[in-house]
Formats: sequence, structure tokens, C-alpha cells
Amino acid sequence: MTPELGATQIVIELLYLVASVLFILSLKWMSSPTTARHGIWAGEIGMVLAIGGTLLNHGMSYHLIAIGLVLGTIIGVPLGRVAMTAVPQRTALSHAFGALCVTLVGSAEFYLRSPDISPFMMSVLSLEVILGGLTVTGSLMAAGKLQEILPQRPLTYKGQNLVNFLLLAGALVIAVTLVLHPGSRSLFPFMILIALAFGVLLIIPIGGADMPTVISLLNGYAGLSAAAMGFVLNSKLLIIAGALDGSSGLILSIIMSKAMNRSFTNVLFGAFGQVQAAAAGGEEAKPVRSATPEEAAAILSAANRVIVVPGYGMAVAQAQHKVRELYDALTKRGVDVRFAIHPVAGRMPGHMNVLLAEADIPYDRLIEMDEINGDFPQTDVALVIGANDVTNPAARTDTTSPIYGMPILDVDKAHTVMVIKRSMNPGFAGIDNPLYYLDNTLMLFGDAKAFVGSIVRELAGGHG
Amino acid sequence: MNSTSTLINALFIFVLAGFIGFEVIRRVSPLLHTPLMSLTNALDAIAVVGAIVLVGEHKSHLATVFGFIAVVAATSNIVGGFVITDRMLKMFKSSRPASQPAAKPVAKSVGGQ
Repeated sequence: MTPELGATQIVIELLYLVASVLFILSLKWMSSPTTARHGIWAGEIGMVLAIGGTLLNHGMSYHLIAIGLVLGTIIGVPLGRVAMTAVPQRTALSHAFGALCVTLVGSAEFYLRSPDISPFMMSVLSLEVILGGLTVTGSLMAAGKLQEILPQRPLTYKGQNLVNFLLLAGALVIAVTLVLHPGSRSLFPFMILIALAFGVLLIIPIGGADMPTVISLLNGYAGLSAAAMGFVLNSKLLIIAGALDGSSGLILSIIMSKAMNRSFTNVLFGAFGQVQAAAAGGEEAKPVRSATPEEAAAILSAANRVIVVPGYGMAVAQAQHKVRELYDALTKRGVDVRFAIHPVAGRMPGHMNVLLAEADIPYDRLIEMDEINGDFPQTDVALVIGANDVTNPAARTDTTSPIYGMPILDVDKAHTVMVIKRSMNPGFAGIDNPLYYLDNTLMLFGDAKAFVGSIVRELAGGHG
Repeated sequence: MNSTSTLINALFIFVLAGFIGFEVIRRVSPLLHTPLMSLTNALDAIAVVGAIVLVGEHKSHLATVFGFIAVVAATSNIVGGFVITDRMLKMFKSSRPASQPAAKPVAKSVGGQ
């Protein structure tokens, strides 16, 4: 080795070290909205240093690299400019891209090195491409469901878990064979194919309401496969970035499953399918009280404290900007308006906060479930817009309810509850909500955007 | 350095980085979980360095083709991830008309109490 080469390698490694530190700082600064944008700059600088350092390697031909970087940028910019409602599917798609990169690099490394691969290295490489492969197709499936190209309802069939288990076992058998005989090049594509098929089948039985957990889990897999790639390439930077991403995905999955009172295995293997069958029974029409926009506006303007409970239905109806107008109108009248955010509101972790922030609602008005739940008894009006299961009091009391034990927002404890809803049809999970039949509940039937708009007009015109 | 000790070193780094990740991310406000995910997505796409080496060294046609696709996929994640995270974070505004709130918390978190 020439001393000159050594010097370049040292520079590259030091640049990677600085990049690693910047990545950690980047995530650290995400702890608060006031510092979060420093986090992006730290991440961007780290990325530029790392890529710049890599290009310093000797004997590289730059043409194709440059074309790849430009092409990636051309694809990346529109993906960064999607509407905020489309962020969940964009995120799923980028999990797929990340995993695709990892799987391709892993496969290329296998063919370059085989048969000269140590057992430990081959194990890690197998882990990299199996996790990567299932994340590619799994994330594409999730993106398809979120974009509503694929049916959102969970698809279940008999023996589903057995098929999945056999596929996974098949992939592991091939992996073990490759560890023992790393020269069996013809087996490798089958391992990849099985991983890809497994990813599809894993997401088929998962419904829209479970998407926050699934996206987080896929995020974790993408991170772990990247870390495995770091082992294969002996890149400390990649191991660190993968470990950070993996732990982020893992933490978010834990938070999401807790918020739905379900375990990982339950989300992945227990599909909500059975729930719909159970819910079809309750058909007797119970009386509900309903109100007009004028009545709703009068109650709201007489209130001191209002808590708005937004759900995915609000985003679907594109009502967030009207909700902002309502917030302004009520705040002007001296009403204290806050927003209660359930951890699984929306289609990915934190989605609801982004949608409300986009509508210019100040973030210090967006309160987490645990923090705001104690305030409902002192609240005059709880206004539920497009949320259903997360307000269902049956989760507290009814042990036979499929969502029993799930932490909910205690809207029923407010003096008056108003629920904007299209009709009395049960929500996505098909579970009846006893909240609607309570004495202190008023149903506001109509499209969320139109109804909130009418309330705002009433507040502006009617009572001066 | 033999390959076993290299792997053991790598394992140390992985476990320690995972620990740091866990401690740091546990402190991220739920308010910012969506931008957190798009940011980690962009950072994770640092896997592009592996792909760049594959393309640049051109050891086989297969490796170059795979590496090229990988460079495109990862770069689109880097660019798209940073762009959308920045867009999201710009939207988060406080109702308190604070004059220059951004600089202080950084100094505090570095210096401690």
C-alpha cells in the first residue's frame, strides 16, 4: 500500500466520522420544533461530507455515478413535493427505495465475493437481502393500499399464517445452505424471490387502520437491513445510520402498537378481518340526537373551552383549512380551543400534527392524548371531526369489544360532545360506537368540510 | 486485521449506535414523528456510498447495473427526504410570537443545566 493511498483513506474515514456525529445531532435536534430545522442542516452537511468522501476513493469512474446522482435527484424532488395528505404513501415508497438499494448492493456483493465468503459474513449478507427484499415489496404494497390503488380492506384467507411461515422457513433454509456452501450461486436468486413474495403476503392481510404500525415496522426493517449492509461492506458510517434508523422504526412501532393495545405479532398475523364479522350484528336503530350548523355554532360560541378531536376522516374530507377558520373564529371570541391528538390518528405516526400544522394551526395547540385526557371533564364542548374508534368508550368498559383495552380520548366526559359524521354507518373497523347514543352527544350529519364551513359562516354572520 | 475482529468491532459499533439511537429518538416529540421518519429515511439512504463504490469500481457488469439502480433509488430518498422534512418543519409555528426562539434551546441542550 502506498502512503498516499493511506492518507486518502484516513481522510475518508474522518469525513465519515464527522458525518456520523452530524447524523446523531440531526436526530437529537428533532426533539423540539424550535431546533428541528438545525437537524436538517446537520443531516444535509453530513450527507454531503459522506458522499464527497466516498468520491475521493482512488480509481473511480465518475460518469455513471454522476448520471445516477442526477437521475435520483430528478426523481427525488417531486417525491419531496407531494401533498401532506400523501405523506404516508410517500414514506412507504421511500422505505421501498431504501430497501431496494440495500438489496441490490447486497446481491452484487454476493456475486462479486462468492464463493469466498466466511459463514458469519454470509449470515449477515442473507439477513441484509431477506430483510431488504421483504421491505421492498411490503412497502410497495403498503404504499399501494395507502394510495388506494390496492384495496384498503384486509384480505385474509385460510392457512395464511401457515403459507407465510413456510415461505420464511424456505428462505431461512436457503440462507443456511448458502452459509455452509457460499459457492451455490444458483440458490441466491431463490432466496431473494422468496423474500419478495413474503413481503407481499405479509401486508395483504393488513388494513388501513393498522398502517401507522406497519409503516413504522417497515422503517425498522429498512434500517436493520442497511445496518447489515454496513457489516458486509465494513462501513461504520452505514452501521451507525442503519442502527439509528432501525431504532427509530422500532420505537415508533412500539408506540403505535401500544396506542392500539396490540402486539406486533397481532398486527402482523392477526388481521382485523375477524372484527368485521363480529360487528355486523348490532343493527337495532337506537335514538340519537342531531343538531344543525346554527345550533352547533350557538353552543360553540357560548363555550369557554373547546377540544377538537380530529381523525383521518378530517384529512379525507380535506377539512383542515375550514377547521383552521373555525379555530380562528372561536379564538377571536375568547374561546380556548385545543386539539387532542391520538397517537394513531392519521395513517402514519404524527400525521395529524403535520396536517394541522399545514393549515397554520399553532403546534402548541396540538396536545397529546395522555396530556389532554384529564381535561375533558372541564371541557364545555368536545368536537369530533372524522375520528371514530379512538373516541369509542366501549374500549374502556366493554370487554367483548374488539378494541377493548385500546387507550382512547375521553371525549364522552366533556359536557357536550359534537360528532361530525356523514351517516350512522360504523367506521373503518366496523365497530359500533356507543358515544353516539349518549345523552350529552349531538350528531352533526354531513360532510366535514361543508359542515365546519357552515358553522364558521354562522359564527361570522349570526351573533355578531 | 482478520475478518473476525473486524466483525466484532462492527458489532460494538452497531450495539452502541443502536443504544444512542434509542435514547435520542425516545426524546423526539410525538408532534414531530412524521418529519422524524422522513428524516431517518433520508439519513438511512447513506447506503448510497456502498452503491457509489460498486458503480465507480466497475468490477462486473452485474455489479455496475445493480449499483447504478441503487444509486438512483438512494439519491431520490436523500433528496426527497430532506425536501419534504424541511417543508414539514417550516409549517410548525408556535402561537406565541417569539422573536428569536430558534437559537436558545440549542445552546441549552449542548451546555446542559
